[in-house]
Amino acid sequence: MGSRVEILNEGGFRSDGRRQFELRDMTIDLSQRGIADGSALITHGLTQVLVSVFGPREAKMRSQTIHDRANINVEVSVAAFSTGERRKRSRGDKRILEIASTIKSTFEPVVQTNLYPRSQIDVFVQVLQQDGGVLQACINGTTLALINSGIPMLDFVCAVTGGVHSTSPMLDLTLLEENDIPNVTVAMMPKTGKIALVTMETRLHVDRFKEIFRLVSDAGKVIHGEMKSAVLSRSTSLVTAMGSGPRTRGGDLEERDVDDQMNNY
Amino acid sequence: MDLDNEELLEEGGSRLTFPGETLTSSQAYMRGHGTYVDNEEVIASVAGTIERVNKLVTVRAIRTRYNPEVGDLVVGRITEVVQPRRWKVDANSRQDAVLMLSSVNLPGGVQRRKLESDELQMRNFFEEGDLLVAEVQAFFSDGAMSLHTRSLKYGKLRNGQLVAVPPILVRRLKSHFLTLPCGVDLILGLNGYIWVSKHVKESEQEGEEGFDAEAVYSNQNDDIDESTRTAISRVTNIIRVLSSHFIPMSDMLLLEAYEWTVDQEGNAKDLLQEDFGEALIASINTR
Repeated sequence: MGSRVEILNEGGFRSDGRRQFELRDMTIDLSQRGIADGSALITHGLTQVLVSVFGPREAKMRSQTIHDRANINVEVSVAAFSTGERRKRSRGDKRILEIASTIKSTFEPVVQTNLYPRSQIDVFVQVLQQDGGVLQACINGTTLALINSGIPMLDFVCAVTGGVHSTSPMLDLTLLEENDIPNVTVAMMPKTGKIALVTMETRLHVDRFKEIFRLVSDAGKVIHGEMKSAVLSRSTSLVTAMGSGPRTRGGDLEERDVDDQMNNY
Repeated sequence: MDLDNEELLEEGGSRLTFPGETLTSSQAYMRGHGTYVDNEEVIASVAGTIERVNKLVTVRAIRTRYNPEVGDLVVGRITEVVQPRRWKVDANSRQDAVLMLSSVNLPGGVQRRKLESDELQMRNFFEEGDLLVAEVQAFFSDGAMSLHTRSLKYGKLRNGQLVAVPPILVRRLKSHFLTLPCGVDLILGLNGYIWVSKHVKESEQEGEEGFDAEAVYSNQNDDIDESTRTAISRVTNIIRVLSSHFIPMSDMLLLEAYEWTVDQEGNAKDLLQEDFGEALIASINTR
């Protein structure tokens, strides 16, 4: 291997100072952006992705409508400034199309598309910074944006990457690690423990797979906790905002009185 | 995590939930919107507040597209004129709504047969991009709504501007046609589209007997004087500020906010500055 940086040093630290199983710092911003029905800005360390969801809405192209369920349309764009080397990727780039189709096939079974026949759900993913785990950030961001837009889903989808350096497994890889060691991205649904996606671009020894897979599934639950608390705090702030203001509160009270009276009958 | 019955029984309480959370495993409850059943458990599928009516458990998403109900008043925009005999209307719902030629008032009396000539000149009534106010009449089998404008209150909109807010911020009111004393009419569409326009005096409204098709389907704005224009943009900006702070609309609130902004002697556009908007919200909350 050509890299001078040690992936895992003798003290058990990785190149960015993390331990083997430590996840990177994660921030989530669910505030309203423009006219999107739901959006999420998510960072995993230095990887940053912005996802905007529009819909369910009337399909722009009639040929794309499906008569018994909604069509999920995913478009990914990668900012030219997102990598170390400035590089403009066209929208037709095979790599980007692959990420888009992976996201689409991950979410199709999870979103309850059958509730919205003939509609279309547009998911626009913008990769703002890349430092490994782009697919993982895209999937987590899409989950949050979909939930934020009130689209019914069976469960969260939480994605984490895992890799193995000689014999020691590691979680949430940076770009440096991702380039050097075999890695796998797993998306799981924490409630049932079902797996929505397993994808690999490198070769991984089959004996190592089981261990990594188990670790990544556990890490998914940690990510789930983070996402859950972000969603709850966003909901709480919206509900409090709606309840504030003397007029509206008065109105609610009156309504409740009426309800109580109705119950008495 | 199971909700015990006491928590569920708390009617009007707003407990929050998120997709994948088990609401109850008890057989006594029925699943409503925003939930699904797996393994005999009722599980939430959206993030929002849990509501219970008798045995029915529903989860209402906080931000979502408009869910139409029959009788709702909506404001929409024509997106397409489709044959045979219908318009497609964008009403912020999950599909475009349908307005049939047979559900609009035609020139020459309310009751009359639709002629072939009406069909050919549909664009004279509504064109792509036209705004209209209508009522939800019925649903098609795929869930799309059908609208009608068979009342003198409904029809094409002019003399004002549109502002879109999240649909949950427009509550059901006795009347969705408001008139503010500053010479501004408001139409609060339940789909979150709000039309702010110049006040039209009742007597000048197109009369019952002389249904004036010319005026109803006109594309020409009336003369709007400058003070009315200012008032319209002021009200629009107030609505924008309220919606960005996620505060539900009501006539009292809008009026108070309007008076406050006039007192502050700010321009209508000042409202869009963050600090001014926040001051407005603060003043509303303290009253």
